[in-house]
Amino acid sequence: MAGVQVSNVSRSFGAHKALDDVSIDFADGGFYALLGPSGSGKTTLLRQIAGFDFPDSGRISIGGESVERVPVEKRRIGMVFQNYALFPNMSVADNVAFGLSVRGEAKVVIATEVQRALDLVQLGTLGARRPHQLSGGQRQRVALARAIVTKPRVLLLDEPLGALDKALRVDMQIELKRIQREIGITTIFVTHDQEEALTMSDRVGILRDGRLVQEGPPEEIYDRPKTEFAATFLGDANIFRGDSTGNGIRLPDGTAIEAGAGPTLAAGAKASCAVRPERIGIATDTGAPDTTNDNVLKGQVSKRIFAGNNSTYFVERAGQTLKVIVQNTGADRLAEGQEVVLRWSPESTVLLPAG
Amino acid sequence: MAVQGAVASRSGLRSALPLLAPAYLWLTVAIFLPLSAMVFFSFMTDLPLSGKAWAFTLGNYAAFFSQSLYLTLLLASLRLGLEVTLWCIVIGYPAAYVLAKVLKGRSREAIFLLVILPFWSNGLVRIFSWAMVLREGGILDTALNAVLPFKINIDLMYSYPAVIIGLVHSYVPYMVLTCYLTLQAIDDSLIEAGRSLGATRLQVLKRVIIPLSMPGLVAGAALIFVPVVGSFMEPRILGGRTGTFYGTVIEDQFVAVFNWPLGAALSFILLAVVLVILAIASPVLRRAT
Ligand SMILES: Nc1ncnc2c1ncn2[C@@H]1O[C@H](COP(=O)(O)OP(=O)(O)O)[C@@H](O)[C@H]1O
Ligand SMILES: [Mg+2]
Repeated sequence: MAGVQVSNVSRSFGAHKALDDVSIDFADGGFYALLGPSGSGKTTLLRQIAGFDFPDSGRISIGGESVERVPVEKRRIGMVFQNYALFPNMSVADNVAFGLSVRGEAKVVIATEVQRALDLVQLGTLGARRPHQLSGGQRQRVALARAIVTKPRVLLLDEPLGALDKALRVDMQIELKRIQREIGITTIFVTHDQEEALTMSDRVGILRDGRLVQEGPPEEIYDRPKTEFAATFLGDANIFRGDSTGNGIRLPDGTAIEAGAGPTLAAGAKASCAVRPERIGIATDTGAPDTTNDNVLKGQVSKRIFAGNNSTYFVERAGQTLKVIVQNTGADRLAEGQEVVLRWSPESTVLLPAG
Repeated sequence: MAVQGAVASRSGLRSALPLLAPAYLWLTVAIFLPLSAMVFFSFMTDLPLSGKAWAFTLGNYAAFFSQSLYLTLLLASLRLGLEVTLWCIVIGYPAAYVLAKVLKGRSREAIFLLVILPFWSNGLVRIFSWAMVLREGGILDTALNAVLPFKINIDLMYSYPAVIIGLVHSYVPYMVLTCYLTLQAIDDSLIEAGRSLGATRLQVLKRVIIPLSMPGLVAGAALIFVPVVGSFMEPRILGGRTGTFYGTVIEDQFVAVFNWPLGAALSFILLAVVLVILAIASPVLRRAT
């Protein structure tokens, strides 16, 4: 097992920069999610780490050993593909045995290791089946067993759960996490599902157009996004745009919004503020004056979506639709068309540079 | 489930019948009728067409067993078929692999065209072109002598290798095409999965790609082996005196000796032998695939 360092890696296909100066430090034994929209370079980055493709510039090291020019079969990595890529001409057990067998391990060693790996993914009795006789979730487990049986230094997964339906995906998320903890392997997990990234990983890296937008623990990225893109891609956010006042912004209509987090920006520059929908309080407009230093906006409820444990309100305000999520506490619900006051603390507001 | 499937396929067949009818009619007229005429001839003492008296006989089939020459030639033809098939695999499979897995876009199309070209050229033109290349003082001889500092004599014309070269050239496109199709269907991620597990390219080839492309290899081999065993054009033109094979003897019966009954009988013996070989080989091959 080992950590992985990616330093200033760039990779172009023709004129298109698929990776642009990406640096990430993947800690030993950590579970790392690479998140980004389709075409943002996630697969390309994973392929550089795996060794299927080599970077134009930059360095990659696994366990402190420089590997940029080492071919994939010498890197001692395990990889799980989105389409599972099980060998259809072999039984499940032979699929799992493949890595040990090409290495020339003794038959008895292979047999016990394969059984242990299949037991770990809870497929101990299905070794004799062919891949086409398995369900999607079972194939996924076989692919995982095959990837970890060789005791690789790092486990790479490219949208491994993308082909599964929702319920199965949640099962597999828990399962994958359990196995990863059990063997303590450094894991790099590509996904475009933000919920998956949030729930599974110790750290998340967000990619956009080949660049690393932000990386860190999921809580940090969620609470302290550094760009509008990070704020809206990981979770939901209300974005206000205006001119910087130093510690907040002034909206075009003159209303000030104070932000308790984010960089200090020069006053007058274009800037925006992000607020999570669940951080905003919503109440009927009583006309009472505000005595706190909360941010306050008035608007009108245009729509309410009831989801059992919570309700989502869409509030129209100065041509902008704001989203507010309220936990179901049994309190009175607001009707559509009602005039309301929105209220949230500066600590829940993140100042962002424009763009 | 199975019953449902059977019902569905039966009703499917009924509605498909009008569509299939022309094809079956054509098969009957074009293959079944002439073939049954040939079966009929093979049991006759002489052709009924010439007005001579004729009778039913097993003599044409007996001739094969009474003269060792026919068996010798049949064995030589089977060996020829085997060798040509092997050479087609050796040349065609790597070509198909490069086409399917290495080349992309324009260059793939260009190379594909080069491989298919012999298909589209006339068989005789192809064979006589080889004659010009292989004979003494021919293109190969002249070219090699122009390059090499010492004098060598290349005269492959009228030899067994010439027959092999001509046949391989004619039939290798079948192998390239069938293998290309199966290789094309193998997902590249299987190759990558193999390599990520520590296998070299060669190990991936041996353990994953070749087993998965077996159906293409088998189909190509069957498409090549069967006609080569009965071939006569290449052996006659490129083989000369050494080019007497089972196929050329059959041809002689039809075009030179006009002993159609014997020619027909020899053909059906060949057909039977080939079918037996395929029947013996198929369980082995099925296990391999
Ligand atoms: N082999 C390649 N040749 C040309 N362009 C490629 C190749 N691989 C990826 N790309 C391009 O690089 C960009 C990033 O692709 P990818 O890493 O697959 O994105 P993601 O996995 O995030 O969806 C895309 O615009 C894609 O078209
Ligand atoms: Mg991808």
